[in-house]
Amino acid sequence: MSERLRYYLPTLAVFVSGVVIWELAVRGLQIQRFLLPPPSDIAVALFTNRELLLQAGATTLLEAVGGFAIGLTAGLAVAFATARFALARGALMPFGIAANAIPIIAFAPIMNAWFGVTSPVSKMMIVAMLVFFPVMINTVRGLTSADAASLELMRSYAASEREILTRVRIPNALPYFFTAIKVGATLSLIGAIVGEYFGGATVALGRIIVESASFLRFAQAWSAIIVAAALGIGFYLIIIGIERIAMPWHASMRGQA
Amino acid sequence: MSDANAVVAIRELSKTFGNAGSETMALSGIDLVIQPGEFVSLIGPSGCGKSTLLRLIGDLTAPSSGSVLVNGKPAAEARLGREYGMVFQAPVLFDWRTIEANVALPLEIVDMPRSQRAGRVAEMLKLVELSDFARHHPWQLSGGMQQRAAIARALAFEPRLLLMDEPFGALDEMTRERMNAELLRIWEQTGITIVFVTHSIPEAVFLSSRIVVMSARPGRITRIIDVDLPRPRSDATRELDGYFSHVTEVRESLKAGHGTADGAVLGTPSEALP
Repeated sequence: MSERLRYYLPTLAVFVSGVVIWELAVRGLQIQRFLLPPPSDIAVALFTNRELLLQAGATTLLEAVGGFAIGLTAGLAVAFATARFALARGALMPFGIAANAIPIIAFAPIMNAWFGVTSPVSKMMIVAMLVFFPVMINTVRGLTSADAASLELMRSYAASEREILTRVRIPNALPYFFTAIKVGATLSLIGAIVGEYFGGATVALGRIIVESASFLRFAQAWSAIIVAAALGIGFYLIIIGIERIAMPWHASMRGQA
Repeated sequence: MSDANAVVAIRELSKTFGNAGSETMALSGIDLVIQPGEFVSLIGPSGCGKSTLLRLIGDLTAPSSGSVLVNGKPAAEARLGREYGMVFQAPVLFDWRTIEANVALPLEIVDMPRSQRAGRVAEMLKLVELSDFARHHPWQLSGGMQQRAAIARALAFEPRLLLMDEPFGALDEMTRERMNAELLRIWEQTGITIVFVTHSIPEAVFLSSRIVVMSARPGRITRIIDVDLPRPRSDATRELDGYFSHVTEVRESLKAGHGTADGAVLGTPSEALP
């Protein structure tokens, strides 16, 4: 335990001194408080708005997680379908890769128009689109990149396609898949919040940030950003936890058991 | 010797790679009969098709003409009947499985009941002396140990035939000699028939009852040498006069084969092709 503490100590020290320097700099250099509020002001805003922020955080998280689930399911479904059929893969993958390269977030206002500005569904759709492409592309890569010798070994056992899928292709795809959903977890909160910038339910993190900023209540805007950051980190950590359970054998996990 | 109870019977076999116009003759006019309990090495220069020949026996690739019978059946049928085990140059163990789970893989595929599986796996691990590493993952083992696990896996469903494609090629010399001795012990203990691809002359002489010498372009058998060194073989075998004379004999056969190939108009070496 003490070893663990020693491991995190430098990180903690950097964090604390960063906050202290921020506080002192804002006060000492007399930076206008509405431009960059000191951490103490943000802490006060966090506390006074705690109920609003909690409610807003719940709304935004629901949009993010809901959209993530939709994107993940669709991404996996398409990936498994195309991984099985080389022809479909050849036809679809170029579009997937192209779509992955475009700034999907630009569609946010369109989704708001399609699914209703105030409806959480419009934000979920943005998130789903953001999550879909990395999940689909990485999973296809993982499913199709099993090495030739492994496949030949299975052939020597006269294994069925199904056995090859469950015993070779899926385990082989896990590292690719987790890379995608780690990106997806981060993207899902970005998608939900940016979606809210273009309009949405009043009590949502993106709305609070936009509206506080437009009324120059920056401490309040920052407090919402802190909540969004905490949610993002939390989501990411949950995925890492699942990853450790799902593939303790992977090179990236070794020595951590 | 008749083909009737031969483990492997190859007749008039040829194999070409590539499409019409840019064909490479990988193997041509191969005739080879392997009897139960033999240890046969295939040796030759790169591109002589020795690995391709092994893969044809395992039905991992199809012949262009001729026939391959394994245990009296067409090779494809024998593969579907799981009548051989295969060991590759790389161990091809799955990182997500422990050593015992890797050895159990073929047993899962042949639907052996779980209750029998554990016993068989333990037996195989004991055979290759890896019992203490059953719960380890492949990356925790040395190269030689990984290859022993691969051998245990290949033997798990007790095939009559073991196909080995340069299994010790990636190991250092010391480990290789130890693995050779291990393999002979397993061969003697199980009475299995082994077809062994190598490009090491000492390895072929030490292990084999017969050495099939091949040459390239097109891949063909140039000589078959009987190795009548006494068994059981050990480190002392490597100091016998007969051992040296066999090494010389194989080397000269390889050289003779190489000479003819050099004079020919060459295609590309085909061994690396799928």
